[in-house]
Parts: sequence; C-alpha cells; structure tokens
Amino acid sequence: MKLSIERADLLKAVSQAQSVVERRNTIPILANVLIEAEGDLARFRATDLDIEVVETAPAQILSAGAVTVNAVTLHEIIRKLPDGALVQLSAAPGEPLDVNAGRSHFRLQSLPREDFPVMASADYTANFSARAGMLRRLFDKSKFAISTEETRYYLNGVYMHVADGPDGALLRCVATDGHRLARIDADLPAGANEMPGVIVPRKTVGELRKLLDNDEDEIAVSVSETKIRFATPSITLTSKVIDGTFPDYARVIPANNERRLEVDASEFAKAVDRVATVSSERTRAVKLAMGEDKLVLSVNSPESGAAEEELAVAYGDEQLEIGFNAKYLLEIASQVDRENAVFMFNTSGDPTLMREGNDPSAVYVVMPMRV
Amino acid sequence: MPALCRDCLTPFETGPRCPACAGRRVMAHPELFELSIAHMDCDAFYASVEKRDDPSLRDKPVIVGGGRRGVVSTACYIARIRGVRSAMPMFKALALCPDAVVVKGRMERYVAISREIRAMMEELTPAVEPLSLDEAFLDLTGTERLHSAPPAVVLARLVRRMETELGLTGSIGLSHNKFLAKVASDLDKPRGFAVIGRAETDDFLRDQPVGLIWGVGAAGQAALGRAGIRTFSDLLRWDRKDLGARFGTMGDRLWHLARGQDARRVSARTPIKSISHETTFHEDTAAPDLLDGHLWRLAEKVSDRAKARDLAGRVVVLKLKRSDHGLITRRHALGDATQLADILHAQAAEMLRGALDKGPFRLIGVGLSELCAAEDADRTADLLDPSAARRAGAERASDAIRARFGKDAIVKGRALR
Repeated sequence: MKLSIERADLLKAVSQAQSVVERRNTIPILANVLIEAEGDLARFRATDLDIEVVETAPAQILSAGAVTVNAVTLHEIIRKLPDGALVQLSAAPGEPLDVNAGRSHFRLQSLPREDFPVMASADYTANFSARAGMLRRLFDKSKFAISTEETRYYLNGVYMHVADGPDGALLRCVATDGHRLARIDADLPAGANEMPGVIVPRKTVGELRKLLDNDEDEIAVSVSETKIRFATPSITLTSKVIDGTFPDYARVIPANNERRLEVDASEFAKAVDRVATVSSERTRAVKLAMGEDKLVLSVNSPESGAAEEELAVAYGDEQLEIGFNAKYLLEIASQVDRENAVFMFNTSGDPTLMREGNDPSAVYVVMPMRV
Repeated sequence: MPALCRDCLTPFETGPRCPACAGRRVMAHPELFELSIAHMDCDAFYASVEKRDDPSLRDKPVIVGGGRRGVVSTACYIARIRGVRSAMPMFKALALCPDAVVVKGRMERYVAISREIRAMMEELTPAVEPLSLDEAFLDLTGTERLHSAPPAVVLARLVRRMETELGLTGSIGLSHNKFLAKVASDLDKPRGFAVIGRAETDDFLRDQPVGLIWGVGAAGQAALGRAGIRTFSDLLRWDRKDLGARFGTMGDRLWHLARGQDARRVSARTPIKSISHETTFHEDTAAPDLLDGHLWRLAEKVSDRAKARDLAGRVVVLKLKRSDHGLITRRHALGDATQLADILHAQAAEMLRGALDKGPFRLIGVGLSELCAAEDADRTADLLDPSAARRAGAERASDAIRARFGKDAIVKGRALR
C-alpha cells in the first residue's frame, strides 16, 4: 500500500479514529486504525467492538492495499506535523508502516488487516434522513442527564424513540440518572415511523457530536433493534445500542405542579453559581425561597460560610422553600438558549419541572434535595 | 537511679527490693519519672476474660477461637507455653495442646470489659487512643500535678487496679513516643513494665530487626530485605532522600523510626475511614438466596453503626473471598451518600449479582467508605424509584422500634434467609 494525503484530511480522519479506540484494552489490534487504500480514497476504520467509525478521505493512491497501526501514536505524529504538509503512508504486506512528511520519517509497527474486527452489519428496520442541527439539539440538550451508574446500565445512554405528541408522532430523546431527567422532542423525519426505540450509549453520543457541526448537513440514520448508524458522505458511525429496557419515564414527569416561577435563565444560573461558591461540600445544596415576584437563593455551609442573593422573578403563588443540588440547577438552567426558564413546583419534596418559556419540546425534571 | 515498687507503688532511690513492702517487683530506670507516653496491652485478653468468668478454667490451657475452620484468636499463657499462637489454625493448635479447652469467643462480653478498662484509662488522661479492644496508647504528659504522681506511678496504679477490680493483667510500655512505647509493652509480657529512655534509644534499636516496626509485616520485611535492610543499623546507613525515593512516604517514616523518632500524637479520636462487616461461612456457598440473606444482615449491621455515629458513606464496597482465598472487591460510588441499609443492600446486591459466577465463596463482607456527616446523606430522592422514600421511612420507623424494644423486635423477612 502506498498513498499521499494532505495532513489536514489525515488529521481529521485519524483524530476521529483515535477517540473511538479503547485505550485500556487487552486486545492489541483494538488500539489500531485500519487504513485501506483503494481507487482515489483512503478509508480509516476504528472500533472498540461497540462502536465502529469509518471515515473516507481523498488521497492519491499509488498502490492499493491495507495496514493497521496504533491509532493514538499515528494521531500524535500527524498532529505534530507542520500545517500544509503532504504525508505519504506506505507499507508492504506484513511490514511496518512508513510515514514520511518532508524531512520527517517514522516507522510504525503494524498488525495484519485480516485480524482487524469488522462490525457485522445489521438489518436496519428504519432508514431516514435528519438535519444535523436537529440531531445536535436532541442529543446536546439531553446528554447531561445520562447516568454513569453501572448498576443501572440501561440509563447509561439517551433513549431515542418515536413518541405521541399532541399534534402527532415526534422523534424524542430522553435521558435520566434518577436525579434529573431531560425530554427533548423534534419533528419526526419522514421514514422514521417504524423506528424501534433504542438506547444510544454515552460514548456514541460523544462521537456522534463530531458529525453534527454543520446545521444543514443531512445525516442518514439507520436503526435496528441492536444497532444504530449515522452517516455523512464521508463518515459512518455504527454503534451497538444498550440492551435493556428504558424505564417508563412518562409517569415521573409531573403534570400537576401548580406553582409557576419564571426567571431569566442566564441571570438565574449566574446567581446559583455565585451563591454555591461558599459551599465546600461535594454536593452543594442551594435553597430557593419564593415570595411574591421575588426569589431568594441561599447557601448555608456550617464549615465555610453563607451566601444569599435575591432575584426579581415572576411568581404569584403561595410561598415555598425548596432545596436543590447546585450542579443540577446549573445544568438544566444552561440548557435554556433564548427564553426565560419556567419552573413548575409542587411541594419541597416533589419533583420540579422546568421548561424553556412555553416551549413544550424541551422538558426537564429535577429532584429536590433536603436542606 | 529512680525506682518504683509495682506492688505498693512506693517510689524510692534504687535497690533490688522495695523498702516499704520488701517486694521484688521493682522497676528502676534513670528516666523512669520523666517519660509520659505509654502503651497498655492486656495479656491474653480474651482468654483471660474467659478464665475470670469461669474460675474452673484457671489452671487449664484455654484457647479462644472457633468455628469448624476457625483459627486461634487468643491463647492463654499456659497454651502458649505448648506452642499455640494467635492466628494458628485450630487443628494445629489442638495437635500441640490436645487437652486445651476451646471457647467460642463472646465478643459482646469482651467489648463490655474493654469499655471498663477504657473508662479507667480515661480517668487518667483525655489522650487515650485505643488500637483495639485490648490495647491503647496513653499520653500522660502534663498530668503529674493532677495525679500528684509521675506517669510511671499512675500507670502502675492502673494495671494494679485492672488486676484487683477486673481480674485482668496488662503490660505497660513507657517511652518518649508511640512507636517505642508499643515496642516496650512487648518486652516484658505478661504483667510487664518496660521502659525505653531517650538516652538508650539508639543502643536499643541498633540490632533490632525491622519487623519490630508496627506495619512492617512479612511483605514489608521482604521488600526491605531486597534493599539489604534487615536491622535498624542497616536503615541508619540509608540517606533520607534515598529511602524516600525507594519506599515513598513510608521511606521517610522509616528514616525517622530508625532514629527512634515518632512525632505522631496520641489522639483520642482517629477519624473513622470506613465501616464494614463480614462473615465467613461454615461451608462455601454460591447460592444467591443464602448470600443475599447474609448481605442484608451485614448491610443492616453496617447501617446500624453508621446511624449510631451519625455517619453516612458515599462508596459501597462488596468483598468476597473465594474458596481458594482469592479476594474479589467491588466498589460503587453513590450519587448521594447514604446510611440506609436499604440502599446499601440494594447496591451491594447489584454488585454481587455481577460476581456470582466467580463463586463459591467462603466469605462475604459489605462496607461503606468515603464517610461524611449523616445530615449530608440521603438528601435527594430517586425519581425512578418512588417507593424508595417509603422504604426509607419504614427503615427509620423500624429503627425506632428496635431502639425501644430490642434489636430483634422487628426484622425483615430476608434477614431470616
């Protein structure tokens, strides 16, 4: 195999590959990227057995072939090469890979391509096209609530499924860790009706994000019971989905919370951040005390001190005091882009609901904390 | 040379016999009345308690320990003469000493008596640091005016009081720091009183093996041995920097100990780092129901202790020992610290499920670590488990019932498994 490729194209392909490979694995070839040269394209493939990413880049192919080398090392090399360099990759079968750029020469040990695991393709039951901007919103706004708890492994991802909305079917993403929950809706793309509900793992959500930078890009999405695939013309990301049942989240979203508080989301987040500074505890509790058109945020930490800040808000219900984990409040408040944050409370022991203005397409639930 | 009669507590100026009672139990040492850091170690504590409670055992070799595959936890001095040692497998101990009376330990009794001893020590100084049920450090610095007697006299009085009031003997080590006090208490056992003064520290340590250091066991000795360090004089040849480079923070500590220096304070409160309980089965088992029953009982014990001390933990630890003694530990960090048996058990059970295929097991244990104050725990309820709040309420209610009517007044069905 022998090919020439622009450093920028190579860097992009290899950086996606190196973030997929498993760094702490016991199977050496899983640390490698498979480079295939064919026609006028170089194809880079990496997998951790759960996720597979294949990226193609234009290259000048001098002789076709394939080789696998350590993805992290190759990435480091390419990253350190000067901008604009033309990189030549060449390897004879069974031989190390030579990387040449200008006056720099590297030789990397290789493993045979035959040993490289290729993910079996699935029978996708739904294929549809979705705007990158829409997918980005669905996942970006929900991923903060993904659980890291391994015992409830079925919460370690975003549950993407078709849901019934007031005006027909919706594409919905839900994530929760038992303390907070995010439910984000988007219009259902044509052809997605038959999609089975799938739990997209946390790592896949992170990798997917790199495909979604340009709002207008069309992403081809394919879903089966066991796998999901996202593809752009140059990158294909295939991932297993979490084999488990996502809990019935609908029953935990409060429908009858009566007390309504409306506040400028960014002012609110800044104030929470400020008062939480005095607390040294790991889980910092912020108390919200609401009176007529007034919200007082306070933190009381026996060891380090106290803080209080008053905010002008819209509130017209009975007085209420309720505590939350500051981190949870900050995270949901930072999801609000333009509109005010609207909180709906019940009692100080019940889940609280938050949405962006009157927009029903993004709903957050957060459990209070005893203060 | 200052001397002290350990029977009648008369201080005097040197001589083989006490001028007051003519007794021969005399302790004489140039620094006897200047040293104030002590280590008190009961002699064959568990066995002595058994002999005290049952005088018919007095002249017999007694071994405390038990279970079908138990080990010796304590042997009385009669059994020790025959070669029985702590931690020896029971069958081996009985081969050495076939006429020994084996007593199953009564931990609650030992705890109660240990409390009485502790109370006696706490009358002497607030700086009492118990190491276990039967040994403690005491710092008597600055108590001479209070007791109208130097520490050595106060300590001799303490062991005499333990003998008369509790029928138990102990050995005292007196020195100028904790390390040497602990070493000293072992020099003259049983019913001993040993002193290591400042002036003699270097001479005393020079030819001692490094195994003398508390915390340097077989593995530590092997590691030091590989560096050519077997005795304290070997240690003295090492540079402080080199020791640090080779053995980390332990290296620095070794450098100081080699010179008889130990700056640790005797402190009454060493913060608890974790709470755990474990149990060894009579027969190895892999039965999920049986293991779960044990897990619940252990979780309840851990939770009881956490509640008693107003503590909670952020990390749940599960410990399993396989038939071949291979150890398996699993840790899980909770989002919210807990002191509830319900949550502790649920997490441990989840981890146990993942490890069941590694059975059968001979031991199971569960613990809480990364402790914090109870008021910082269990503050956020679980959205997906709405009945958790009800179960927590039920646990608090049954705690109140048990506190009032005894600990078996109400139990969960699964505790009977």
